[in-house]
Amino acid sequence: MRGGGDNGHVTTPVLDLRGVAYAYPGGHQALFGVDLHVHPGERVALLGPNGAGKTTLVLHLNGVLRPGHGSVTVSGLPVTEENLLEVRRRVGIVFQDPDDQLFMPTVRDDVAFGPANLGLRGAELDARVHEALAAVGVADLADRAPHHLSFGQRRRVAIATVLAMRPEILVLDEPSSNLDPASRRELADILRTLEVTILMVTHDLPYAVELCERAVVLSEGSVVADGPTRELLADAALMARHRLELPVGFSI
Amino acid sequence: MGSGPGEHLHVEGDTVLHALPPHVKLVGLVAFVLGVVAVPSHAHRVLAALLALAVGLVLLTRVPARHVLPRLAVETPFAVFAVVLPFVAVGPRVALGPVSVSQAGLTAAVALLLKGTTGVLAAVTFAVTTRPRDLVRALQHLRLPDPLVLIASFMVRYVDVVADQLRRMRVARASRGFSARSVRAWPVLAAGTGALFIRSYERGERVHLAMVSRGWSGRLPVTAPLEASPRDWLLGLTPALVAAGCAVAATMAT
Repeated sequence: MRGGGDNGHVTTPVLDLRGVAYAYPGGHQALFGVDLHVHPGERVALLGPNGAGKTTLVLHLNGVLRPGHGSVTVSGLPVTEENLLEVRRRVGIVFQDPDDQLFMPTVRDDVAFGPANLGLRGAELDARVHEALAAVGVADLADRAPHHLSFGQRRRVAIATVLAMRPEILVLDEPSSNLDPASRRELADILRTLEVTILMVTHDLPYAVELCERAVVLSEGSVVADGPTRELLADAALMARHRLELPVGFSI
Repeated sequence: MGSGPGEHLHVEGDTVLHALPPHVKLVGLVAFVLGVVAVPSHAHRVLAALLALAVGLVLLTRVPARHVLPRLAVETPFAVFAVVLPFVAVGPRVALGPVSVSQAGLTAAVALLLKGTTGVLAAVTFAVTTRPRDLVRALQHLRLPDPLVLIASFMVRYVDVVADQLRRMRVARASRGFSARSVRAWPVLAAGTGALFIRSYERGERVHLAMVSRGWSGRLPVTAPLEASPRDWLLGLTPALVAAGCAVAATMAT
């Protein structure tokens, strides 16, 4: 175990998970007491092999799943039934397949969906939609239908749908998957310009190094390492133990 | 929107019909079709006049004929039935060229063809001038229950995604030398259909997750309310009023 990334912070963590354990109704235990703190302004990579429980963990962050044991707190607000709407505004999750995220007939409707659920209407809503689309550089696509966009454009719009809710933390599930190298780089450039805390679940280790100063490794339902991304990825023994590999020819 | 490969019906334009609010058009369409159906079957001239009105509406959209004509194929089963009808119906018979056909059957067949074509043309007029998204908004505005609006909205959004999945599965089958030539191929096709259903179901679950994550609480928010002036309503209902007038007049005349 390496030094926790929260050393030296005095702010309230955006995300504060304490001893989160979860078993699916079928009996399969996915999480065994996860502790995770993410502070405002951080960009954190959540790494781990397939089946490590990453997606299960992500679904705890906005209360879709509730821990069997332990607690989840978002900027001081505990994730409970009565806080659910506010928690979901604060934690914006961008799912892996943009076709799942974009379910309305046009981009504009889709980006408006979240803020409209929060009660925004009229000019305020339009402004919010425009702001979110502009933040990811696709303001010109507002009236298009999602299925007419390229995959890279759809991924960006998916991020805009969440940004429109002005979240405190953006949780990205495999943001670089299925992107061609140019779109992948463009997305990285956009993510760097966003002034929001980011938790990025990924297999793409070079992407993690590029964007996140801190990384957390989740393996078999527990956090096995937490520290500066470069140091973690340079630890060959740790990497091998948890089935993490850098691409051939890539060195830290 | 409207120029992409998936947007099969709607054609962008700036005609009167394009500009009418979608809910007015939808009410106008349904009322018009009901009016046409209410015209007695033997009033062929009245039906022909209404068909001419429908043709006029299509022309008003300024959509090229090659875009409209293939859409009429939807009427084919009815047309086939109409052609068969005079030969199988009973009752007094009349000579039609070299063959003798049923009088009542012939009357019904001509009425069926006229009413069917009129209805399809009116529906095509609606479809080419209304964006799928606006159709969904119109349904919502007309107080259709939310679940039905959502189903319509998801259909608009996902029909291409599912069709694409189906196409990929077909390519994958064909790539491994499969061709559906005999009954023996049916189990494979059935398994494929099942797989597609499961995938769509799972997508539904993931979409629901994404909706819940963005504050979905069971109510579809109305973000851009529709408005219509009395003039819009008058314009939109004109064909329906004409059809209703025709139906009443033709019924009285008998």
